[in-house]
Amino acid sequence: MNNRWTLYDPRLAWMLVAPVLLLLIFFLVLPIAVMAAYTFFTFVTAGVETSALTTANWQEFFTDSYYSGFLLKTLRVGAITALLCGVLGYFPAYFIWATSFRHKWLLLLLLIVPFWISFTIRTFSWINILGEQGVINVALLKMGIINAPLPMLYNEGAVILGLLHFLLPYMILNVYVSLEGIDRTLISAARSMGCTSAQAFREVTLPLSLPGLAAGLLLCFVLAAGSYVTPQLLGSGRDALFGNLIYDTIMSELNWPMGATLSIVLFLVLGFFAAIYTRYMGMSQIVKGLAG
Amino acid sequence: MKLTTTKRLERLHDRYANGDLSRRTFLTLTAAAAASAGLSMPWMGRALAAVEEVRFDGWGGTVQDAIDKFAFQPYTAKTKIKVVQGTFGDEDEIITKIKTAKPGDYQVIHSSGVNYYIKYVNGGLTSEINEANIPNMVNVLQPMIEPFRKLTPKLSAVPYDYGTTGIAYNTKVISPEEAKEKGAALLLDKKYAGKVGGYSDMTTRVWYAALATGQDPNNLKDMDTIWAKVRETRDLAKKFWSSGAELMDLLSKGEIVVTDAWSGRVAALQDQGHPIGYLDPAGSYAWMEDMLILKGSPMTECEELINFMLDPATSIAVAEGQSYPPSLDPTKVKLTDKIAKLPAFDPTGTMKALTFADPTYWATNEDAWTKQWNRISKGA
Repeated sequence: MNNRWTLYDPRLAWMLVAPVLLLLIFFLVLPIAVMAAYTFFTFVTAGVETSALTTANWQEFFTDSYYSGFLLKTLRVGAITALLCGVLGYFPAYFIWATSFRHKWLLLLLLIVPFWISFTIRTFSWINILGEQGVINVALLKMGIINAPLPMLYNEGAVILGLLHFLLPYMILNVYVSLEGIDRTLISAARSMGCTSAQAFREVTLPLSLPGLAAGLLLCFVLAAGSYVTPQLLGSGRDALFGNLIYDTIMSELNWPMGATLSIVLFLVLGFFAAIYTRYMGMSQIVKGLAG
Repeated sequence: MKLTTTKRLERLHDRYANGDLSRRTFLTLTAAAAASAGLSMPWMGRALAAVEEVRFDGWGGTVQDAIDKFAFQPYTAKTKIKVVQGTFGDEDEIITKIKTAKPGDYQVIHSSGVNYYIKYVNGGLTSEINEANIPNMVNVLQPMIEPFRKLTPKLSAVPYDYGTTGIAYNTKVISPEEAKEKGAALLLDKKYAGKVGGYSDMTTRVWYAALATGQDPNNLKDMDTIWAKVRETRDLAKKFWSSGAELMDLLSKGEIVVTDAWSGRVAALQDQGHPIGYLDPAGSYAWMEDMLILKGSPMTECEELINFMLDPATSIAVAEGQSYPPSLDPTKVKLTDKIAKLPAFDPTGTMKALTFADPTYWATNEDAWTKQWNRISKGA
């Protein structure tokens, strides 16, 4: 029997992948498994639980419409945010791809500049823009356009705006990477065969960039639906999302078993959407988009 | 004489060389020594070494600034023990962190009185203070110590200050006369819809609903009415704040014109020149704060720190800095005029003029009411 390793030896592949596998097991699978186990623990009082197994937490989740209502609302806000990101993000991505500007890298750099500032500070900045003493209200009041400040802060609109601000770069990068992968001679061919610019876009560019758009939609949807800070800072209590519900259950009620149950629910629901995407589009597009 | 590891190993080797130890025993002991040296964690070294720092977690902002300036910095200068500080906006937040940490990671907490003390006791997080190591405790108000002692005869915390959650209002919009006339009902005045604030905390919300419905906050008879009032305030509110810093930001920027508020934070705003008035309506929510030592802490050093903090000179300076009266008994310690003018200050030392939450009553209902409040705050 020949024990010498070859270039494509499966053992070598396992050895190479082992560190990542171990990291995934210890820092992803194991914590999720512990959390899943916690969902069956018994809540005694704030901050105290026992390992006596119970399905009470799951029963409460499935029988109390408060939770399902929150889940649906979170999915709705996530979907609206993702769609708006798609609509608003496609055009800048297309512009960056199509421009003949010599320093295209500068435009891409501008996209990632916001990431140099803390996410929390970026979110807080909206308070100074949308607040009653914020730039917009003060300017409109001074110009005499309005008599009283417009209520632009602490509502769902402000939350979605904050999420857009946070997520738009992810969408633009995903679409841009997808556009970059298009063979430009296909567009030239379409034009030479009589297509107008609009037709060439509709028949060639748009369909070929759809995987990037879909990847951006999934990414924005998952990140928006799982967000906590933005609704906390820019929304009122009514604008809280499922993440805020989890936070309150764990941090305010000190009810870890129920908090773990809600966390697993969100994980499963968002995982379900990711799985559907993977089934039809594959994950490679998201990886390309995130890699820039 | 203290032996170093090297010295021990040399002696072990000598004994083996002299034939006092078998080869197997020598190798076993050497391997054990090597394992203990190789597997030792950084914290083991710290634990074995002399304590060089104490960990403190508090409410941040002006309150913690005052404690740092007037207590911790002089303490470090005197003892060379550094006080490493952390902050939290909500005490449940720090309890969660403590639960997930090793004993000793968190040591002294600026805790919110007996209501929270119960949570630490239930969670098995409390220590046992040797009161002989805190001689300055003789000056602490007995009515403040007793509620803690009822829960644990051996204390884990020492009361440090107290205050009230009264009504703060923007004097440019609401006159002091109107505020005095309406009292707690200001929070339910439709005239100020969209300009009302409040602490995002179950106890405060239920307490003020109790005052609005004429019920005794420590013996609520009609919870349906209470929750209806809580919803009413919610619908009028612009934002429920969740930290002292957020409260000061909302009030100073004029985002809200009336809110329930912590007396000390309002005093700080007034000192900064903001047009903010404050009143304690009848039955206003009074609370006390304590310095709580957690299980696993270096007790001697923590006790020494608390004793230093309770020294009259230190305690008075901190009280003036944070604008909350100290836990010192005014019949035993001469307090300053500035302290005498602070909101909630009780010159008699009996604390009878203040209405505190009955810890047992509130602890019994805490879980259910917190859950209900969390739902209402989210629109339920």
